[in-house]
Amino acid sequence: MDTIIAAFPYLLLGMKVTLYIFFFSIIFGFLIGLLTALMRLTTIKPLNWIAKVFVDIIRGTPFIVQLFFIYFGLNGLEFISLDRTVAGILTVSINAGAYFSEIIRAGILSIDKGQTEAARSLGLTKVQTMQTIVLPQAFRTMLPTITNQSIISFKDTSLLSIIGIADIVQRGKVHASTTFKPFEVWLTVGVIYFVIIYLMSLLSSFIERRYKIK
Amino acid sequence: MTLIQVRNLKKSFGELEVLKDINVEIKEQEVVCVIGPSGSGKSTFLRCLNRLEGITGGHVLIDGKDITDPKLDINKVRENVGMVFQQFNLFPHMNVIQNIMRAPLKLRKGDKQSIEKQALELLAKVGLSDKAKASPSELSGGQKQRVAIARALAMNPKIMLFDEPTSALDPEVVGDVLSVMKQLALEGMTMIVVTHEMGFAREVGDRVIFMDGGYIVEENVPEELFGNPQETRTKSFLSKVL
Repeated sequence: MDTIIAAFPYLLLGMKVTLYIFFFSIIFGFLIGLLTALMRLTTIKPLNWIAKVFVDIIRGTPFIVQLFFIYFGLNGLEFISLDRTVAGILTVSINAGAYFSEIIRAGILSIDKGQTEAARSLGLTKVQTMQTIVLPQAFRTMLPTITNQSIISFKDTSLLSIIGIADIVQRGKVHASTTFKPFEVWLTVGVIYFVIIYLMSLLSSFIERRYKIK
Repeated sequence: MTLIQVRNLKKSFGELEVLKDINVEIKEQEVVCVIGPSGSGKSTFLRCLNRLEGITGGHVLIDGKDITDPKLDINKVRENVGMVFQQFNLFPHMNVIQNIMRAPLKLRKGDKQSIEKQALELLAKVGLSDKAKASPSELSGGQKQRVAIARALAMNPKIMLFDEPTSALDPEVVGDVLSVMKQLALEGMTMIVVTHEMGFAREVGDRVIFMDGGYIVEENVPEELFGNPQETRTKSFLSKVL
């Protein structure tokens, strides 16, 4: 018990780093997802193609390979130098972005064509229709899947400890090896992850209920 | 004055030619009902009038503007052409008044208050003043369609297109929707109504167009078209539906 209490503040500092990386990654990931989803839905063929190739590559390779490629691979090039945190955020953003892309695309396609037709018949432009009619409805249907993917990405950030980011897992490793109490340390790390993920899903169900289409 | 002019309109979906050669002129304040068997192209014809369907050939002039011109801003034309759909297509994530105010708030320069005032007037006109804050899912089909009519009127269109507005409704509420449309016709709205309601076409229509196989087969004032049809196809269609 003493070990856990003593480890707690130290591990929480690591969770701060985890949350910081997650926060930026999820925002960038979402923007990448939205952009590539819209690219896949336009009639402009090269854009469709670029977005599809992007999604296929990211989904077709392991997260850890993407991370190593960006941190070690890109940094191996003379003209690029990324620090750990930037490389970490970049990897999680791109990875989440590819999965978000498919979720958002499916969400947009799930909205009845009649909605677009009604909006366009009133004189709203394509962009206005997307903004005020299609996306608000699509996001409601997507929310559970988006939450799910966000939780997966949140857990993926734990892999960033491999490139030396001082997240909660990295700190857990250090602490477990200095105290020789791996059981207590990893139990605490697990509990902290669990609590935060649980809060995230509560928040998601709250938003879902709040904006439910009656 | 001619408000709609359709010249040699053609529309194909891939290999399938749905509209073959449509020519028609519609005057201001005229109420034209379009009837015909399913697959005759009547809904496609209507949807070409605001370019909800891309036009394959020919010309459609709305209030003098050729909407087949790719340089034309179609959104400006659509502001003047309201449309009512068979499936209502209300926006489910907005309440009734928000549905009506959506387009004017986005497109018209004007303060929110006057737009809201107009929306409430439109709701009163369709007999649903008490439903302003209701969500679309709380409404019956007939009420939904009346809200959809109010929404289409909110941009003050010169023309209203109705695409089988009562086909998805329970029989007992069809009358509510038709009476709103009749009222609109009496106020001088130019209307094109694709419908299976022969009673409405006969009573409210100034002219009835019978379509079959992608052509206008026959058009006339309702008394003549229903009472004394000239073409065999018109006769055979009417004998089945009347």
